[in-house]
Amino acid sequence: MDGLDDMALTAAVFLPMVGALAMMLTPREHESDHKVIALLTTLATLAVGVYILFRFDYGRADVMQFDVNASWIEVINSRYILGVDGISLPLLVLSMLICVLVVVYSWNHFPEPHNPKAFLILILVLETGMNGTFVAQDLILFFVFFEVVLLPMYFMIGVWGGEARQYAAIKFFLFTLFGSALMILSFLALFFQGGQTFAIAELAAVASDNIPRSTQVLIFGGLFMGFAIKVPMFPFHTWLPDAHTQAPTQGSVILAAILLKLGTYGFVRIAIPILPEAAMAWAPWIGGLAVVGIIYGALGCLAQSDMKRLIAFSSVAHMGYVMLGIATLTDFGLNAAVFGMVAHGLITGMLFFVAGSVKDRFHTLELSRLGGLLIKSPRMGWILGFCAMASLGLPGLAGFWGEFPAILAAYNPAEGLSEELFRGYMVVAAVGTVLAAGYLLWMFQRTAFGTPSEEFAETEIAGMHWPEYVAWTPMLILIVVLGIFPNLLFGLTTDAVGSALAALGGGN
Amino acid sequence: MPPVFDTPAIDYHAFAPEIAMVVTLVVLLFVDLVFEERGRWATATVAGIGLLASVVPVLSLAVDGADRSLFGGAYVVDNFALVLKALFLVAGYVTVLISTDYIADGDYYEGEYYFMLVSSLLGMTVMASARDLISIFVALEMLSIPAYLLAGWRKRDLRGNEASLKYYLLGVFASAVMLYGMSLVFGVSGSTLLVDINQAISRGVDSVPLVTVGIVFIVVGFAFKVSAVPFHTWAPDTYQGAPTPITAFLSVASKAAGFAALVQIVFIGFLGREDVWAPMFWVLAALTMTVGNLIALRQTNLVRLLAYSSVAQAGFMLAPFAVAADIPADRGGVGAATGAVVTYLLIYAGMNLGAFAVVMAVARKTRSAEISAYGGLFAYAPGLAVLMGVFVFSLAGIPPLAGWYAKFVVFKTLLDAGTVAAVTLAVVAVVNSVIALFYYASVARQMIMEPAPEAETARVRVPGSLGAALGICAVATLAFGAFPGLIAQLGDLALLGVLP
Repeated sequence: MDGLDDMALTAAVFLPMVGALAMMLTPREHESDHKVIALLTTLATLAVGVYILFRFDYGRADVMQFDVNASWIEVINSRYILGVDGISLPLLVLSMLICVLVVVYSWNHFPEPHNPKAFLILILVLETGMNGTFVAQDLILFFVFFEVVLLPMYFMIGVWGGEARQYAAIKFFLFTLFGSALMILSFLALFFQGGQTFAIAELAAVASDNIPRSTQVLIFGGLFMGFAIKVPMFPFHTWLPDAHTQAPTQGSVILAAILLKLGTYGFVRIAIPILPEAAMAWAPWIGGLAVVGIIYGALGCLAQSDMKRLIAFSSVAHMGYVMLGIATLTDFGLNAAVFGMVAHGLITGMLFFVAGSVKDRFHTLELSRLGGLLIKSPRMGWILGFCAMASLGLPGLAGFWGEFPAILAAYNPAEGLSEELFRGYMVVAAVGTVLAAGYLLWMFQRTAFGTPSEEFAETEIAGMHWPEYVAWTPMLILIVVLGIFPNLLFGLTTDAVGSALAALGGGN
Repeated sequence: MPPVFDTPAIDYHAFAPEIAMVVTLVVLLFVDLVFEERGRWATATVAGIGLLASVVPVLSLAVDGADRSLFGGAYVVDNFALVLKALFLVAGYVTVLISTDYIADGDYYEGEYYFMLVSSLLGMTVMASARDLISIFVALEMLSIPAYLLAGWRKRDLRGNEASLKYYLLGVFASAVMLYGMSLVFGVSGSTLLVDINQAISRGVDSVPLVTVGIVFIVVGFAFKVSAVPFHTWAPDTYQGAPTPITAFLSVASKAAGFAALVQIVFIGFLGREDVWAPMFWVLAALTMTVGNLIALRQTNLVRLLAYSSVAQAGFMLAPFAVAADIPADRGGVGAATGAVVTYLLIYAGMNLGAFAVVMAVARKTRSAEISAYGGLFAYAPGLAVLMGVFVFSLAGIPPLAGWYAKFVVFKTLLDAGTVAAVTLAVVAVVNSVIALFYYASVARQMIMEPAPEAETARVRVPGSLGAALGICAVATLAFGAFPGLIAQLGDLALLGVLP
């Protein structure tokens, strides 16, 4: 079995590429072949994920498992190191699951200009990049996977997007590239100052001893730019509403569910374990920007007239909670952050799915023109209501466990951080939850309640299709299951988070 | 005792690549002379085979591994020389591939064309080994003079004439400036050998102004060759007016030859006088990447865009020079900078030649290099559009395409030096990578996101040799991007054998 274990992560990362190659060789006209190949590929990748879930040693979730360590670029001492621990595993499996569901949803929902071949190939390339980022344990490898997602997403928004797609696509691309260029400089600085290695584990062991504190703070700044733009944190969030609004449904779902997590994951996996002292110095600022993001995102939501744009701004707010949890530098906060990533992925992903289906039927997402979804398509209306509830953090659903512990963690931040300050953040974040309830219920009310507006009064609105049922059911189930049994996830992350914070004395 | 003239012992193995090329030249002339007009296609084949055959002795020398020094150190065959010779020959071969149909279709002089091309390449291979001011100058003229002629090959085209004339006048001017600088340096040091020059000028303090002027003039001369800002003004016009295969050749091989000369002169001859050249290269690098990028943003013609982009790329290649002397010796010293420049050149050659090959393939149908003519390319020629996407995003430095590693090694060199000036230059380079992405992405946008003009959707036929060139470049760009170890080792090996 050992041989299989060694191959598992490599397969998880590169299987989608194999599928993409097969699709490239299939003529464009054979649309159903493309759909089948894409589905089989993502399913096979998910099967690898399930295999990893079964073989994962949950008693040792704090150490890297299924690790691979092979030579890659010898000259710069960068190696092909893969591994999963309790933090990576849920995100990796989430990414695999979302890709399957997106392909299923696409079955009869290809946005204009159609071309399933190119569209599905892009999804598969995206999957390689995302899975790779979550398992890469070498900075350069991480960087390459982190960047691999850029091109497919750029084309997905730019080709299949809405009216202002080209502007949104290039904005997304330029913002992210700027961040990652600074990030690579920081990686290099870590390499030269931290002991001539790019291996994350080795750097975490030696970097804080080798690098003077002032330099650490500077390097962390570069990493912060790279990850914060990706998250996105206020004030680097401006690309997100444009990208989300213009992207096709599938693009929005992947963007919300996985791509944003690459940024927060970067903080948890790289920035904090390698540079704990600098993280300490930056934490008050990160926490501050996080709560500004929470309030700003919420206020932004209240000002939106477009449903998708509203959900996009709600992402800014929700990622604010995740970042607040990270900024506390406690295992409580980091656990909440990882939970928040998964929960936000499922819930906001669902919201974008529903928004996409609403758009398919009404050909608009203007809140003022929608209404009466519960009359026109009751099931979809209730699903939207369910997701809105989950998103505002209703206890019993997954969203709660991402938000509430993050707020709680701010009450008692890591030793060395100002308690007064973080308690202030806590209050602001708590106010944010009220606003969240406000804008989500407002959105639900305006789209689902009441009677359909005049222009749609006579229009026949189709009920839910089977791809929608198949694609959404697993996510809805997970939202409930994680809401009721949060320990499924917390049990997995706790040990891993503890080792990420080991340099800070194991957290508190 | 009367002076005795010793016949220098010639190591024919060391010369074998050049000898093979000379043989190719003779055969080319012969074929051109004997064959009727309709048999002239054979010249392309002969040139291609000749260039490939010349790679064989390069490989055998590499396997042999020993550094060889001829003519008292004026001509050295070391790893650096071999890697660059291989680069020139392969780039030359790809140029022949992309020229074949263009030259055959265009009613140009085929035999002479390939003769000139191979002559220019011969100059370049000599340049890779030249460790003496005179051999450097001879190599430079050998590679430049055929290039002036090639730039004006479309002699019935006004732009072609302008291209050639501008290139010629500025090229000659640069040579003159450089020659003057060389004469000053020779006057101070009393030798033309780079190693001796280094000995003389790094300890001689009594003639500082002369040495400074000499170094500045020589560097400026080569700045023309590599089209560094503000000495780049010839490049866009020449690139646009020259036949497209020659544009590709100039922007890759000729530029690489300029850098090969710079590496040798600066890192062997002028090492120890970095107080003069390091600030110069800093300014040249920062200016070149910034100005090249900013002007490229405004281009509407793809060839001009690629011309300015190659100016900007030269800025990245100049950056390691600015910090070379600050790299600690235990981390490779100037060797690290040499490795970075060579790695960049190798990767750049693949992706830039590829981009030009796509331009040529598309121009066969649209007869235009205007960016607007690329609208909807993805709809009627998806393969070409994807390849173009691969090349331009590689030029932009997006992983997993090879260009990222080229940029990466430059960043690595800059941070390795770690001085304030170096880190500042790295930040300038970061900002420039982002600017560059904008215009590279606009090419992709035009191909993939815009509709075709006049719904022109007939397929593009790509002739075999052009397809082969595209294949070579695409494989190189993808393979070196995913496995940069391959190219990194070459770059790392390409050390100068004879350092003072």
